[in-house]
Amino acid sequence: MSSPRRRLLAWFARRPAAGSWALLTPGLLWLAAFFAVPLAVLLGYSVMHRGTYWGVSPGFTLEHYRRFLDPLYLAIAWRTLWIALATTGLCLLLSYPVAYVIARAGRWRNLLLFLVILPFWTSFLIRTYAMIVLLRGGGVINSVLMGLGVTTAPLDLLYTPGAVLAGLVYGYLPFMVLPIYASLERLDLDLIDAAEVLGARAFSRFRRVVLPLSFPGVAAGSLLVFIPSLGAFLTPDLLGGAKTMMLGNLVQSQFGPARNWPFGAAVSFALMGVVFVGLLVWLRVRDAEAAA
Amino acid sequence: MGDKIADSARALSTLIRARYLRSFSHPGVRTLSVPPPIVEFRRVSKSFGDTRAVDAVSFAIHPGEFFSLLGPSGCGKTTTLRLLAGFESPDPDGGEVRISGEVVNDRRPYERRVGMVFQSYALFPHLSVERNVAFGLEEHRVPRTEIPGRVERALGLVRLPPATFARRRPHQLSGGQRQRVALARALVLDPAILLLDEPLGALDLQLRKEMQFELKALNRSLGMTFVYVTHDQEEALAMSDRIAVMCEARVAQLGTPADIYENPRTEFVAQFIGEANLFGGTVGQGGSGAGGPRVVTMGDGRTFQVPEHPAVRPGAPVRIAVRPEWLDLFAPGAVPPGENALPGVIRDVVYLGETMHVVVGLANGQLVRVALRNEGQLLNPLPWRRDDQVMVAWRPDDCQVLEPA
Amino acid sequence: MTRRLSPLLVVLVGGIFLLLHLPVLVLVLYSFNSSRFAASWSGFTLHWYARLLERPDILRALRLSLTVASISTVAATVLGTLLAMGLARRPFRGRRLVEGGLYLPIVTPEIVAGISLLILFVALRVPLGVGTVVVAHIAFTTPFVAVVVLARLRGMDRSLEEAALVLGADEVTAFRRITLPLLAPGILAGALLAFTLSLDDFVITFFVAGPGSTTLPVLVYSMVRRGVEPTINAVSAVLVVLTTCTIALASRLGGTRGA
Repeated sequence: MSSPRRRLLAWFARRPAAGSWALLTPGLLWLAAFFAVPLAVLLGYSVMHRGTYWGVSPGFTLEHYRRFLDPLYLAIAWRTLWIALATTGLCLLLSYPVAYVIARAGRWRNLLLFLVILPFWTSFLIRTYAMIVLLRGGGVINSVLMGLGVTTAPLDLLYTPGAVLAGLVYGYLPFMVLPIYASLERLDLDLIDAAEVLGARAFSRFRRVVLPLSFPGVAAGSLLVFIPSLGAFLTPDLLGGAKTMMLGNLVQSQFGPARNWPFGAAVSFALMGVVFVGLLVWLRVRDAEAAA
Repeated sequence: MGDKIADSARALSTLIRARYLRSFSHPGVRTLSVPPPIVEFRRVSKSFGDTRAVDAVSFAIHPGEFFSLLGPSGCGKTTTLRLLAGFESPDPDGGEVRISGEVVNDRRPYERRVGMVFQSYALFPHLSVERNVAFGLEEHRVPRTEIPGRVERALGLVRLPPATFARRRPHQLSGGQRQRVALARALVLDPAILLLDEPLGALDLQLRKEMQFELKALNRSLGMTFVYVTHDQEEALAMSDRIAVMCEARVAQLGTPADIYENPRTEFVAQFIGEANLFGGTVGQGGSGAGGPRVVTMGDGRTFQVPEHPAVRPGAPVRIAVRPEWLDLFAPGAVPPGENALPGVIRDVVYLGETMHVVVGLANGQLVRVALRNEGQLLNPLPWRRDDQVMVAWRPDDCQVLEPA
Repeated sequence: MTRRLSPLLVVLVGGIFLLLHLPVLVLVLYSFNSSRFAASWSGFTLHWYARLLERPDILRALRLSLTVASISTVAATVLGTLLAMGLARRPFRGRRLVEGGLYLPIVTPEIVAGISLLILFVALRVPLGVGTVVVAHIAFTTPFVAVVVLARLRGMDRSLEEAALVLGADEVTAFRRITLPLLAPGILAGALLAFTLSLDDFVITFFVAGPGSTTLPVLVYSMVRRGVEPTINAVSAVLVVLTTCTIALASRLGGTRGA
């Protein structure tokens, strides 16, 4: 009975926390080394002086955070914010009916879910490229419009905020559909019947019962769309062009052509701050839902 | 709106008067000039795909009645209730559902003046107790000023002190309290008919007995019609004025608890309600002339007598049911004259508290359950032991002749 | 008891589904278009697929992407499963913090994660190459695996494991014979997620890749930057078909939809 293995297990049985930490250690070490430490270095850079050619030079300063208040950068921040908010709003508008129908689709449910998830498994880069194919001057949409005689010259669809918005909505729609579906699917249908027997008409049943009970899904979905939209880089890079820069592109340009690493780091942390708050909100929503 | 106030005031005063009068009057003496039924099903059918959930079901429910739909799961009782509530409509050409004489086949639930208590209670988890109860009043556009008072009265009716419970959320309540909130939410609208879908299924035994008593009391005091779905035969017997026993989408038998228990028409009813010992055989050609008992010969040649019954025709096969408590045990040779008696060996003696069940194996291998009153096993033990030779006996009048299947 | 859905709603949702799939369908369709300037349809051709085979850089990038994805999937699956098991056991001080912290890499903008890793490697004078790409991929896919496996573990009935212990198995045996088989669909789903995330990743890879470690997304990106051409459509079509088949196969094998 007291093989070394059993003795080891008995040792851990008396120290449950030690067992948990033993399991956690390898993963946590890896994430510390290649996620937390780099972020800490980046945070350090954001308060150091700009290097003469590139990189940083020693010293402490908050000038890079102050620089963010320059109207040029505030405009980018503002654009980032409204694009992210608009993306979230549009996704919500499109996702709710989809999630609702899937939750009620009976035997079609799994197929429809698969169809929602499928684009999620398709490369984001490829899907963004597909948007270029659709939107560009000689692209599919313009050809169709001109073929139908709606317009005579190609419209400027690509390299506009609208293109970025379309790309983000297309990219993140599944993130909104799935949590809303999950909360609607869990909804007890007796509640809707109960509301009906108590006198609620269709719209009232939706507004007073279905909608409030799916709120956790709406909140989770909104954050899942809002957070990555805020930090988007690839979509504005490919669909937005120089005039539709978002914060992600600003970061990249500071580490690239602009060669201002500390400022790039400061912008990164401004982003991280918003993301961090979003994460805390999401964890609270999730825990509140689990408790109910 | 004035009507509503008057309605609820009337309901409340009826309640008080009824309680008051009841303390004087004799129960059971009702002189009713039969009123028109409040609910009527006329050959109602409902199919889901290829399966018939309800098949040409007809019955009528009288105002103020406590009416139960009883049956095993899948028998169609819940669909019947949902047809009455308005969640389902009968098939085209699937008969008529009438409430107060009007055909309501295609009326929505909120157009029917019915209340419903769901098996899952279906309390809105995001609303407090008082907001749950107020929900229906708000949907019926009852003036805001009137709502708190009516909510409070409804909670009082189900004995939930509003001061303690009004602001709680459903998840902060026990099962029994949720049950009461669900009841208050249905009653506050003062519906003509209250539908209850296995409302006590999730409660423990003690609480279930208590709620059975309270539901019955509410039914009497409010004078409201209750339609109660259950698969628990004891519950149905204890509470109902009348029971419709359902089996395979049809009503197998409709009657008072006593009718159903003491005179089951089919083998299914006999076995589903209470316990039943079944005996079968062929009716003899002879007998004591028209109107008298007939002799039935079993497969192994033994015989017993049955009373007169349309199904008892010379030469026809017949099945009868006998309740365990109507059977008795005697030592061989000690059977009183005139009683049916079959020999057997005691296989088991089961202690059930109120009664003792003795399982007897007959010569043909059939097992028979005999219920004997427990006279106290410590002071007056049963004179029977396992492996004793006994006679199982019953009076011919206690045979319940079953209709051929 | 399903209620009837209003036809208007069904049509609306059908339209949204169409929008959701139209871009990729068009992309695949145009990979068979013989016109170089894709807008109008000028006939069916397999020319662009043939061109793929003449491009050693594309094949090399594909092979590298598959290699990186395989290695990092194995590592991330092990690390992530261990993390999930550590978190799913009984509560300990700091558990909530660790669990919350696990979500941080998931929500961190890729651009921030990529650049911070880049400056770390630069500061430590680590040469950029396949090694740095793999290291980065393991780091950003591990939390995804952990979250997926954790969800599965939380949904599992603990009494099964306890039953095994009562029946005489020790913790290791109980894990091997009971927990692991029950957990397998969750682990498979996590691994699948890690694999596709790694295969698809452009942003982080873009920053930590050096010369000679061009993965397929990085190559496709540079092709897209140079201009739209049907070869990209062909590459995309191949990738779309590949991932769709993988997902379909995996969900068939694992009996789970994996997301």
